[in-house]
Amino acid sequence: VTPWLAILGMALVTMALRASFLLLPEGVPLPPLVRRALRYVPAAVLTAIWTPELVMHGGTPDLSLANARLLAGIVAIAVAWRFRLTYVTLGIGMLALHLFSHLS
Amino acid sequence: VLFGVVPFGLTTGVAMVASGIAPHATVAMSLLVFAGASMLAATQLLAGGAPVLLVLLTTLFINLRFMMNSASIRPHLAGLPRRWRLLAAALLADNSYALCIARFTEYPRMSGKLWYYLGAAAPVWLAWQLAVLAGALAGSGLPASWKLEFAAPLAFIAISVPLLRDRGTVAAALAAGVTVVLASALPLRLNLLLAALVGIVAGLAAERRRA
Repeated sequence: VTPWLAILGMALVTMALRASFLLLPEGVPLPPLVRRALRYVPAAVLTAIWTPELVMHGGTPDLSLANARLLAGIVAIAVAWRFRLTYVTLGIGMLALHLFSHLS
Repeated sequence: VLFGVVPFGLTTGVAMVASGIAPHATVAMSLLVFAGASMLAATQLLAGGAPVLLVLLTTLFINLRFMMNSASIRPHLAGLPRRWRLLAAALLADNSYALCIARFTEYPRMSGKLWYYLGAAAPVWLAWQLAVLAGALAGSGLPASWKLEFAAPLAFIAISVPLLRDRGTVAAALAAGVTVVLASALPLRLNLLLAALVGIVAGLAAERRRA
């Protein structure tokens, strides 16, 4: 897949966000409610991206013990919570996926 | 700082190629967009056949934090010519931003802030690009039985779980995670946007209750 339209659009959107305040004249503050709401955007959006990858299986939720992705994801969440290190979460998560797919 | 950038860049490159984005498109996206989480999210959406407009909206949501970073670093880079501020904006990344804002807050009157900023941001930019390139090249040669496409959700877990530091962020994540699954029947993967909004409202509500 070579999604040039998406790439160019993403580049424009991201650059506009990066440059927004560095290029604006002084004295244009963010409203307080916006500032508070922005704090929760990364946690909400990022979690909404990975949850279906673990839970959904062929269009329906699968919360059973046969779902190796879900089990490996739970292990990875625990590791990320405890150690907060990217490569530890990745390494143990991949190992757990292979272990659980082997078992089921 | 580079210790965090290199594994995440490698993973992003590997996961994007494993999900079906061509290696040259992966590298092009990295050079032009330079924002890992939104690149991985776009990959998941494009692989699932989502429309470009939804990809752009998701990018906007994920990268909204750059607006906050940009706002908080502005006083320290004020008074510089516009082209330098544009360069500073183009290189804005989470790791180098965190390093600089900590330093500038501790020494508000330090001289040469621009050079300190560029000295942090340029190596991060270069290390990230090389890591994505290496990941994209390696990823296209690795067998499918390694299940490397699972590296994408793992990378998101690795970034998002450490963000959960208080009631508000935990409530936002839980509400968003439940909503995205319950609303999975919505067309065009609109459940993602709905989940983001429900999560933000839940975060604000949990914060207000404590106050």
